[in-house]
Amino acid sequence: MTLPTVPSVPSVPSTAAGIAAGVRGGELRAADVVEHHLAAIAAREPEIHAFNLVMADQARAAAAAIDARVAAGEDVGPLAGVPVALKDNMCTQGVPTTCSSRILDGWRPPYDATVVSRLAGAGAVVIGKTNLDEFAMGSSTENSGFGPTRNPHDTTRVPGGSSGGSAAAVAAGFSPVSLGSDTGGSIRQPAALCGVVGVKPTYGYVSRYGLIAFASSLDQIGPFATTVHDAALVLDAIGGHDPHDSTSIPEPHSPLVDVLDRGVEGLRVGRITDLPEGADPDVAERLEAAFDALRDAGATVVDVQVPAFGYALTAYYLIAPAEASSNLARFDGVRFGLRVDAPDTNSMYSATRAAGFGAEVKRRIMLGTYALSAGYYDAYYGRALKVRRLIHDDFARAYMHADVLLTPTSPTVAFPFGAKGDNPLAMYLCDLYTIPTNLAGHPGMSVPFGTGADGLPVGVQVLAGTLDEATMFRVGAALERAALGPKGAA
Amino acid sequence: MDVSDRISTADVVKVAKLARLDLTSQEIETMTVQLDGMLEHFADMDALDLSHVASMTQPYPLRNVLRDDVVQPSLDRDEVLAVAPRVEDGRFHVPPIIGLDS
Repeated sequence: MTLPTVPSVPSVPSTAAGIAAGVRGGELRAADVVEHHLAAIAAREPEIHAFNLVMADQARAAAAAIDARVAAGEDVGPLAGVPVALKDNMCTQGVPTTCSSRILDGWRPPYDATVVSRLAGAGAVVIGKTNLDEFAMGSSTENSGFGPTRNPHDTTRVPGGSSGGSAAAVAAGFSPVSLGSDTGGSIRQPAALCGVVGVKPTYGYVSRYGLIAFASSLDQIGPFATTVHDAALVLDAIGGHDPHDSTSIPEPHSPLVDVLDRGVEGLRVGRITDLPEGADPDVAERLEAAFDALRDAGATVVDVQVPAFGYALTAYYLIAPAEASSNLARFDGVRFGLRVDAPDTNSMYSATRAAGFGAEVKRRIMLGTYALSAGYYDAYYGRALKVRRLIHDDFARAYMHADVLLTPTSPTVAFPFGAKGDNPLAMYLCDLYTIPTNLAGHPGMSVPFGTGADGLPVGVQVLAGTLDEATMFRVGAALERAALGPKGAA
Repeated sequence: MDVSDRISTADVVKVAKLARLDLTSQEIETMTVQLDGMLEHFADMDALDLSHVASMTQPYPLRNVLRDDVVQPSLDRDEVLAVAPRVEDGRFHVPPIIGLDS
């Protein structure tokens, strides 16, 4: 990975864990940590465009407050002084939140998302709001209303999406960790393409309060990081029940940072024998190497079947747009964002939405409205909900035989801008391997595991059953150790 | 219409009205072709026998979520109205809803 060369103040650790330890111990000032990252941003952000907004003033003020509290002897939390970049679909009080859509350009939310207040409570410092495919709909960040983000490994290529800005920000060293949201792969796929760790937790693990909804039964917030340990640290800070989100799981979660060194001895790692084809040879080769690495570490590889896996794309592209068409009805020019004036209310709605939404968002609203409309509801939305059940049950059976499943995260390495042309289906196929997990509600993570074509990063996806984040993180940590070891990364 | 009988431009016009989206005639044409391509792909699930499968609308069984009936702070009215496109007398302002042929 190419890290930017920046004028550096005292040596700043590259990980969130290292930064937090230094700041908590008083050896490192949060103010210096922020300046270090703002310098990295100044050096390379014009080329990358990871951010919709860099919050330099707010970050400096937050860091100064952290330093003052440390000086006063306070425990400022497990993420003390750690800069965090937030996908720009998470509400920040008084700070513009756009979803990379012109319909929300300039809108300042009157409240913070729960993840934002939890990060602040853990001592983290929000450094900016990152670019995304408009309303998180896309796999390349090309659908942003404010221009694409570029992949730090090769700026002629996409960073993936929809959380492309958050993935690129971590890969470029702008921020040691960031948050994204994952509805069908929007954390894991850009993590793979940018060579960083990305986690989608179990549905309900993290509160969605203040996350601007795309598809409410699928959306989950999760972290990006350069290490599995940092991802665990952030997820431990943001997870847990929230009275503001009735779908957040009431039971407390055990800390994930405690399980990372437990190894994988005796774990059963599932290979899905009926996985849909589509992965490029370089990606398939890295997946095989990952199976070998886990076998070497003491795990057993077992064959499992998930027969409905291949139908997930169809179910997802009916269910997610259907939910989106309902969720996005709130953008109507009345309470927030853009309004295009018209003589009557219906015309105002239609003109506002036509002017404010981009092509992909319009396409998904149309698809979803169609799938829910009289005469087509049973044939499309109704059947998709049944396919979702099949997928869920197939996974449940697979997890009776395997503790985790391993698949490619993305079928390909990062692709050039414009590679998918005007063919929406070609873009949708980027999420072939990530979508089924969202439908089932299970956790999944992408771990960098060497490089493929043109020296670009390849990610391996680890999937686990409901609320089995602990096993998933153990396997992720083992893969990371193997990738960094002598037989690891290509 | 040079696409299949899965979806017509008339269908797309109707759906756009339901979705409250003003689409240009060019957008209608493009959307018809693209939606048709997607529906063609979605036909793969026609191969599945779903007659005895229950729907799954979300990952967990539905349950009532209750809380104590205690007054909590809510969003400040002035702050909410301050970010609205148009307000009048402490309320959101919208154009006429009735009395016009829409």
